[in-house]
Amino acid sequence: MTTTLHFDQEVMNLLHAAGGEPLSTCIQCAMCSASCPAAPFMDDSPRRLIALINADLRDQVLASNTFWTCASCFACTERCPRGIDPAQLMYALRRYSIWKGVHREDLVGPDFSRRFVRTILRNGKSYEPGYAPAFIWEGGFPGMVREVQGALRLLRKGRLPLIPSRIKDLDGFRRMIGRIIPLEGFE
Amino acid sequence: MTTYAYYPGCSLETMAASYHVSATEVARRLGIDLVEIEDWNCCGATAYSQVDELLAQVLCARNLALVEQSGRTDVVAPCSACFKNLSFANLHMQDDGDLLEHMNYALDADGLAYSGSVRVHHLMGMLVDEVGIDAIRARVTKPQEGLRVAVYYGCQLVRPHRPGQGMQDVEDPRFFEDLMEAIGADVVPFPHRLRCCGGSLIVTSRKAALAMLHELLRSAGESGADLIVTACPLCQVNLELYQAEVNREFGAEFKMPVVYFTQLMGLALGASPKQVGIGSEIVKAGSVLACRGAATP
Ligand code: SF4
Ligand code: SF4
Repeated sequence: MTTTLHFDQEVMNLLHAAGGEPLSTCIQCAMCSASCPAAPFMDDSPRRLIALINADLRDQVLASNTFWTCASCFACTERCPRGIDPAQLMYALRRYSIWKGVHREDLVGPDFSRRFVRTILRNGKSYEPGYAPAFIWEGGFPGMVREVQGALRLLRKGRLPLIPSRIKDLDGFRRMIGRIIPLEGFE
Repeated sequence: MTTYAYYPGCSLETMAASYHVSATEVARRLGIDLVEIEDWNCCGATAYSQVDELLAQVLCARNLALVEQSGRTDVVAPCSACFKNLSFANLHMQDDGDLLEHMNYALDADGLAYSGSVRVHHLMGMLVDEVGIDAIRARVTKPQEGLRVAVYYGCQLVRPHRPGQGMQDVEDPRFFEDLMEAIGADVVPFPHRLRCCGGSLIVTSRKAALAMLHELLRSAGESGADLIVTACPLCQVNLELYQAEVNREFGAEFKMPVVYFTQLMGLALGASPKQVGIGSEIVKAGSVLACRGAATP
């Protein structure tokens, strides 16, 4: 027999490892939203997103830009009177939407995350120019020119590397990662 | 000489080289030996846990295992994001035997093992808690008198809170101000000192990040600061590199230098501007430092 999980239960499972109290204990006091510096740019405030999850409105939640507009500042987490961890919730929803491939196409975040991970699997270290193309998108051509200007400013000050830095033991590193996730998915 | 394992992190190799240089200089002048972890890897920054939690975890586990293998018990990270990642990954493994076992299964493929014995410090935490504010004050030869600094904590230096960290140090910390006062700087009231710089939103949600940066710069400007002082490469780069874009977007005229706390500390301990990497900023700090007499040899 199979049981279909409600979306709020699925989200709860995602949060199992993160700790924090269950979302069902939320009293909708909006302390999280009031503490959130990114709230004006979110489709739904953190409080509202939690209400949507608790109402099992999966599609509405996944269509929201909220969890990709979170800066991971943890202000909400520190202030929630019920010990809920909205910041980890935002991470969990990002993972969920990447796994399920259900994120919105107009967002830069999912692609940025994947690129970043690919860079590190290749080098063991992060390399800013390697994932620059991901963030050139958003601003279109003027955005690209601005990025290039910024990059040139850094370059002139010797603050951008021309070749990526690599760890020495890349083979061992990749064997280790291979025991956590299948590497093929990222290559 | 006290020795610590040192985890510079990716940005200190490149964008934040002046943080690395000044951190090393300060440590040397305080009789602390920072020994870089041999063949460390990226801590995962913020992007990893967006993709896979265990992946984020194992990246930190490898660095901690390398520290243990080197026979050291304490590791210092200057980057607030690296510090947060390493310290929480460490706590999770110390609390959860199953997770530790899972990590060891992966580490074994790289010829490593981790028992959970390492202590993780932020560079500033180590200086404040282990060296001590008074000991630092006693070593100051060039007090940064008259330099008005906006002390910027940002997020991960204090949040999320760690076991043993008092609520005071989360909601209303003082240690950064105390440290800057100990080197003679004039700390101005900066209401936004704990507010987020936008972090990686600068990449993924530019509008939101620019608005957040604008708020910070305005708050710092109104406080009468000569410069912002920070303890995180991401904050430094966001506040400095994107200042021009904030100016364009909001019709503002900020010219606010953003320096690392170790750069000011180094100067106060007698280092030359060059020795602490002054000169690699995009918004020049030299003139503010010089006209205040702070950086003059
Ligand atoms: S602060 Fe906590 S209890 Fe209040 S609305 Fe937000 S998540 Fe719910
Ligand atoms: S962690 Fe995210 S949701 Fe929470 S206050 Fe910060 S930006 Fe808002």
